[in-house]
Amino acid sequence: MAIIEQNAPLALESGEEKTVDTPMGGFTRPKAVNKGWKSWLTSVDHKKIGIMYGVAAMFFFVVGGVEALLIRIQLAVPNGTALTAEVYNQVFTMHAVTMVFLFVMPMAAAFINYLLPLQIGAADVAFPRLNAFSFWCWLFGGIFLNSSWFLGGGADCGWFCYQPNAGAIFSPGNGVDFFALGLQITGIASLVSAVNLIVTVLNMRAPGMTLMRMPVFTWMSFVTQVLLLFAMPVITVALFLLIFDRRFGTNFFNVGEGADPLLWQHLFWIFGHPEVYIIILPSFGIISEIIPTFARKPIFGYPFMVFSGIAIGFMGWGVWAHHMFASGIGPISVAAFSVSTMFIAVPTGVKILNWLATMWGAKMKYTTAMLFSIGTVSMFTIGGLSGVTHAVAASDTQQTDTYYIVAHFHYVIFGGGVLGLLGGMYFWWPKVFGYMLDETLGKIHFWMLLVGFNLTFGPMHVLGLQGMSRRYHVYDDTWGWAINFWNMVSTIGSFILAVAMLVFFSNVARSSRRWKAAGRPDVGPDPWDARSLEWMVQSPPPEHNFDEVPIVSDLDEFWHRKYGEDERGRTVRVAETVDVVQSGTGSAHLPAPSYWPIVLSAGLPIIGYGIIYNLLICIPGALLVLTAMYGWTFEPPDDPDVDDHHDHGDHDDDHGGAAPLTTGEGATEIDSGDAGEPDAVPAGVGAPGSSSSGASSSGASASEEGLAIAAPDATATPTEEA
Amino acid sequence: MAAITSPEVHDDHSDGHHDHHATSTGLSNNKLGMWVFLGSECLLFGGLMSTYLLYKNRTLTGPSPAELYDIPFTSVTSFILLMSSLTMVLSLSAVQRDDQDNAKLWMLTTALLGMTFLAAQVYEFTVFVEEGMGFTTSVSSSAFFTLTGFHGVHVFIGVLMLMSLFVMTVRGRLHSGNSETVEIVGLYWHFVDLVWVIIFTIIYLIP
Repeated sequence: MAIIEQNAPLALESGEEKTVDTPMGGFTRPKAVNKGWKSWLTSVDHKKIGIMYGVAAMFFFVVGGVEALLIRIQLAVPNGTALTAEVYNQVFTMHAVTMVFLFVMPMAAAFINYLLPLQIGAADVAFPRLNAFSFWCWLFGGIFLNSSWFLGGGADCGWFCYQPNAGAIFSPGNGVDFFALGLQITGIASLVSAVNLIVTVLNMRAPGMTLMRMPVFTWMSFVTQVLLLFAMPVITVALFLLIFDRRFGTNFFNVGEGADPLLWQHLFWIFGHPEVYIIILPSFGIISEIIPTFARKPIFGYPFMVFSGIAIGFMGWGVWAHHMFASGIGPISVAAFSVSTMFIAVPTGVKILNWLATMWGAKMKYTTAMLFSIGTVSMFTIGGLSGVTHAVAASDTQQTDTYYIVAHFHYVIFGGGVLGLLGGMYFWWPKVFGYMLDETLGKIHFWMLLVGFNLTFGPMHVLGLQGMSRRYHVYDDTWGWAINFWNMVSTIGSFILAVAMLVFFSNVARSSRRWKAAGRPDVGPDPWDARSLEWMVQSPPPEHNFDEVPIVSDLDEFWHRKYGEDERGRTVRVAETVDVVQSGTGSAHLPAPSYWPIVLSAGLPIIGYGIIYNLLICIPGALLVLTAMYGWTFEPPDDPDVDDHHDHGDHDDDHGGAAPLTTGEGATEIDSGDAGEPDAVPAGVGAPGSSSSGASSSGASASEEGLAIAAPDATATPTEEA
Repeated sequence: MAAITSPEVHDDHSDGHHDHHATSTGLSNNKLGMWVFLGSECLLFGGLMSTYLLYKNRTLTGPSPAELYDIPFTSVTSFILLMSSLTMVLSLSAVQRDDQDNAKLWMLTTALLGMTFLAAQVYEFTVFVEEGMGFTTSVSSSAFFTLTGFHGVHVFIGVLMLMSLFVMTVRGRLHSGNSETVEIVGLYWHFVDLVWVIIFTIIYLIP
């Protein structure tokens, strides 16, 4: 039901009576104010939601980081006594679950939410309220998951929670229930956001923004969302079966009743392996934006970049059983998955080569963001290579459940995923918050992080090959000096890592303070001389994003508006940045804020607690969810104060705050004429949009000037390409 | 792919077109969203069906589901559910023609057929439990009840949506201008029917 957005009343031009005059809902919508903490609770603005994702994910990063430090303290010396075996099991499980589901994924979601609509020239995502729902649902799921610490202890089954170990018999506490239900709730959030963002990419692109003109970050985000769309229901099934086993007495994973424990492993890894790409692809997208900007060259082999990302997305579904080589799935399966796993290294290698080729011979600017990107490429390559060694089944059987595996996945997830995300923060920080992060502190942050990271996880390769199993809470002094030594190195490294993150937080605090002390100077829309559309709007972007929907005629559209080629093929500036950016002065009719996303989300943890403690508690939760769904569906389309801007006939397009059909409308109003209406201009036919409208506002005219200037260099007009 | 690479194709942005704003694909966001969501649902049912196929013969205690099936009875209820797809189409068509009476009639019929199916499922479950096959009796019975139960929940949600639409029709709030709402609920309803065809086949027809 929640998917269905209510259409607004219809005004018939023929003069007939309107079919409906009053909105269907009893509640009015919150007022569209842009200040104060309340505005965040009801906001449906993708930029605010992106920031909230980022802040909350950072909080969970700290939580997961503390858990990681606890693990390393316990393992610093032989026979560590910092944690008991029970607590150790909970800490490493919750560390993994927190980092994967509550830090890396939502941090990627923060970037995607904030940037994706801007990069495709949209005013918002396709379903703004569902977007808000995704955030709150994820946040409440995360809090629910972590509330287990205060209610008898966290899950202790490892992040993949193998059965029957995690069944009611061997894991009698409530931790696994919190795990299953918490992931179920965050899974709903991921699924909803996947539907939302897929529709956004497919449907909300600016005129001329064909799929093959989308920035690589948008492409990788899109592939990520498709993976989420199909991976989430599989883990949903697995978690339902687990909950039925633990709470309702079924025996899906009880071997004593004839069940097959491999069922869980298959379901989990059919989700779990695409999940790996869900974690890494946004980071690939981020560095594919940063590297061309600071190498000052277009990305090398854009179509290869895109199609190798898609290929990873497809092949990611055919390699899951390489996580199960040691579980006895039979020689044919092992051989098949071994080959497919080696094969998936190919598109990944293509990407790495393309990044290197982009940097080859370039006059690079070594900003912090660029350093992080180079770090991502190199660290991910190390992790990728150890990954290929896992594809060799015979070797993998030796490595299964050793620290070699731990080293591998930290190199890909931290070295590939997290470094990329941190690089993205330095890159887009001025866009999002209006001031730069300090570069000196940033570089200190990077180098400390790189050293700490390699000291922490590099030695784990050795430990694993020496035979140290993961998940043991102690090791004995008699295992040899190498085990003792490298464990101590790893612990020291982890504290260097932690200090590096403190440098980052102090960088944020100091840069912000200095910026405020200096009277909040404007960082400008395009501090890096970048390439994609988000740099064409002010920093931070106005609430409506674009004053006028840009008409796109190139990959790297914004770059091509600034630079062209002279007759000898050299890059020359054709327009000043100030002339091609938008002034942010326009206004557009934006979807009104709504109470319902947060109300609907609040019902889900109540149901979760009910399933664990007493089914009666589920009733208020379910009622809340049901009420919220109907409230949502029948909510009036606008907030009470909004005055009706829409005196044109296109009022009907303005649906219940749901459909952000406003992209074109803002521009229409500024232009005060239909000529500027983007959809009316067949993109690429002639000089797009120029000279056609009596543009009245400065924003519009500046932008059109930019268009006119850029027009000569928009050589391949897109008509035939489509 | 070719169809979705060209956002420029929408020159039908004529004034007075009261349906959705031109989108890059030409499909409205709501409809495309439902299609995408249904893609995800395929994997949900795929996982449940795999579980059932793995476990269908694993019965240590109690009767196995296969011993209890009343195939003629379930065939009739399946037929009822499939017929509800027909009435769904009729109700959409009526809404699109602004034919309020038929819209009400077929909307209610669709919901009632769905409810009949649900009632038959409840009856079937009750019989099975009486004959000694409960939710937790054996791995295969759990798999059976889980798969059919999840489908039943989907039908139930569909009935809720249909009844909501029916109430809206009665109050005159559905018309050709916003008939897409009905169409989207219809997409969901047809999907649920289609899934039943597959479930019916793998549970009742494949030995």
